[in-house]
Amino acid sequence: MKDGVNGVALAVFIFFFVAVTVIGFMAARWRKAENEASLDEWGLGGRSFGTWVTWFLLGGDLYTAYTFVAVPAAIYAAGAAGFFAVPYTILVYPLIFTFLPRLWSVSHKHGYVTTSDFVRGRFGSKGLSLAVALTGILATMPYIALQLVGIQAVLDVMGVGGGENTHWFVKDLPLLIAFAVLAAYTYSSGLRAPALIAFVKDGLIYLVIAVAIIYIPIKLGGFDDIFAKASEAFSAKNEAAGKPVAGLVPGDMGQWGYATLALGSALALFMYPHSITATLSSRSREVIRRNTTILPLYSLMLGLLALLGFMAIAAGIKVDNGQLAIPQLFENMFPDWFAGVAFAAIGIGALVPAAIMSIAAANLFTRNIYKDFIRPDATPAQETKVSKLVSLLVKVGALAFVLTMDKTVAINFQLLGGIWILQTMPALVGGLFTRWFHRWALIAGWAVGMLYGTVAAYGVASPTQKHFGGSSKEIPGIGEIGYIGLTAIVLNIVVVVVLTFVLNALKAPAGVDETSPSDYTADAGDPGVKTELPPATVGAPGDDEPVRRA
Amino acid sequence: MTEETGANPPKAPTVTPTRVVIALCLIAPFVAMLWVDSYAKVDPTFIGIPFFYWYQMLWVLLSTSLTMIAYKLWQRDQRARKGGASA
Repeated sequence: MKDGVNGVALAVFIFFFVAVTVIGFMAARWRKAENEASLDEWGLGGRSFGTWVTWFLLGGDLYTAYTFVAVPAAIYAAGAAGFFAVPYTILVYPLIFTFLPRLWSVSHKHGYVTTSDFVRGRFGSKGLSLAVALTGILATMPYIALQLVGIQAVLDVMGVGGGENTHWFVKDLPLLIAFAVLAAYTYSSGLRAPALIAFVKDGLIYLVIAVAIIYIPIKLGGFDDIFAKASEAFSAKNEAAGKPVAGLVPGDMGQWGYATLALGSALALFMYPHSITATLSSRSREVIRRNTTILPLYSLMLGLLALLGFMAIAAGIKVDNGQLAIPQLFENMFPDWFAGVAFAAIGIGALVPAAIMSIAAANLFTRNIYKDFIRPDATPAQETKVSKLVSLLVKVGALAFVLTMDKTVAINFQLLGGIWILQTMPALVGGLFTRWFHRWALIAGWAVGMLYGTVAAYGVASPTQKHFGGSSKEIPGIGEIGYIGLTAIVLNIVVVVVLTFVLNALKAPAGVDETSPSDYTADAGDPGVKTELPPATVGAPGDDEPVRRA
Repeated sequence: MTEETGANPPKAPTVTPTRVVIALCLIAPFVAMLWVDSYAKVDPTFIGIPFFYWYQMLWVLLSTSLTMIAYKLWQRDQRARKGGASA
């Protein structure tokens, strides 16, 4: 790391940050004077823009700190094992193609805004709905934490934060700054700002990606050199460790881990509250399917960005904290001013998704916990207030994850969230296709999956951390190392199936199902299908949220 | 994936050749990507990139085309069904 503060980069970074923030606030004010419908059209990009513009906007949102920092950092540290993000993003789209149109239909028929709404309507169980809501909120926190770590990495490399020997407060200062910015941003602007600054943010991100994946390999002498150097570095590393810890291809030992991480992450992604919010705001169920045919192209860029991890090794970057590898690579490779642009792209690219995620989690709380259990007669003003406060609390929760978990392997934050959110799958995905599962069995399966997943993740140690040091562990009965989330969901499903047999045999009350089979295939224009869902609370679908991630 | 069974008019069969092809298009990426052993190797390299990496990125393109085929077939299937129901 260069000594001191990189003044030019920091100035450029601050310039973009201020510019984007000003645009965001202006957006909020401008909107009030305008015809509501017109911005709605603008915000919901898919309605007024052509497919390619929508594609452009959607892509900007898929690039979070996960893509820019966590994945390349995982490659930097372990090589091939970190590349699982590519098969993961390949597998997401066939899953969305299959599952989400049904969720869209039933939600638009019954006015469901969250997965909890759907589960309550389908299984007539408030308890199950509560479990799904709590899981969604909990699982979002580490995902937000990952974004905070990304912003922190950028600030760190720019020299804001000091070295190893500085006072703890100064050391954590970048993190606290990142947190404060995010909190202020979300609290004041809701989802308005993210929608309007999308063009600026995405423009920056694409510029940086294009330059990074063309300019850096040329400067480093081509891919032959890059991989040769990475291979040497990994051999040295394996020798030092006395066992294979890194490599250009996964060894026999790592293959189960690779496949289970890819599959588990793919299954988890579309169940997060923010993905569901985005999907439900699409215009019709066919839009969801159409988007899945073009979105996978993003995985290509994700793959190229992941290779930056190898480039960091080839460029001789040595950092203890792998998350700093890519920002450091940018600082070493680019002229200072462009490094500033790149840092701004990473920073804003982490901030906006973090804001969207915390709002989705807050809405889930307000709608399915506050209104259902605490204050059924809350006024819209109260709901908005609660949502805003909870969006703050969710971020405090995220901060707690950052402070207690191993920040050097940021990808684990996302994987931990995945372990939890996966446990809502039997109720959600199962419920979309069949009503056979018993609601009590689903609760029991969820509890077992959550308990196993959390305990197993707690027991994983890393070199710097005693607990929550990783997300993979030996799969009981198979003996291979695999993603804990996938093991937990298998356990969960087994419990659900066995208990459903038992409970059905005992004729336990199954609860009322308010949906009918035809609800799951209805499309816009069919009788009873609402094109606009009611707003959840702040920044709900049909308000400002563009058709994102759909 | 024959997920739309609930919507079928009573006469149309649930499993048709078109739907089998759709299902295959959607399942193929899973088979290819989860069978890690089939691509966990360095050679042959492409412009210096080991097989492991370029093969998976090639699958991004393949899975995109497969999903696109599935989507087109699905549209045709739905149109045929709607037409058949009204006739």
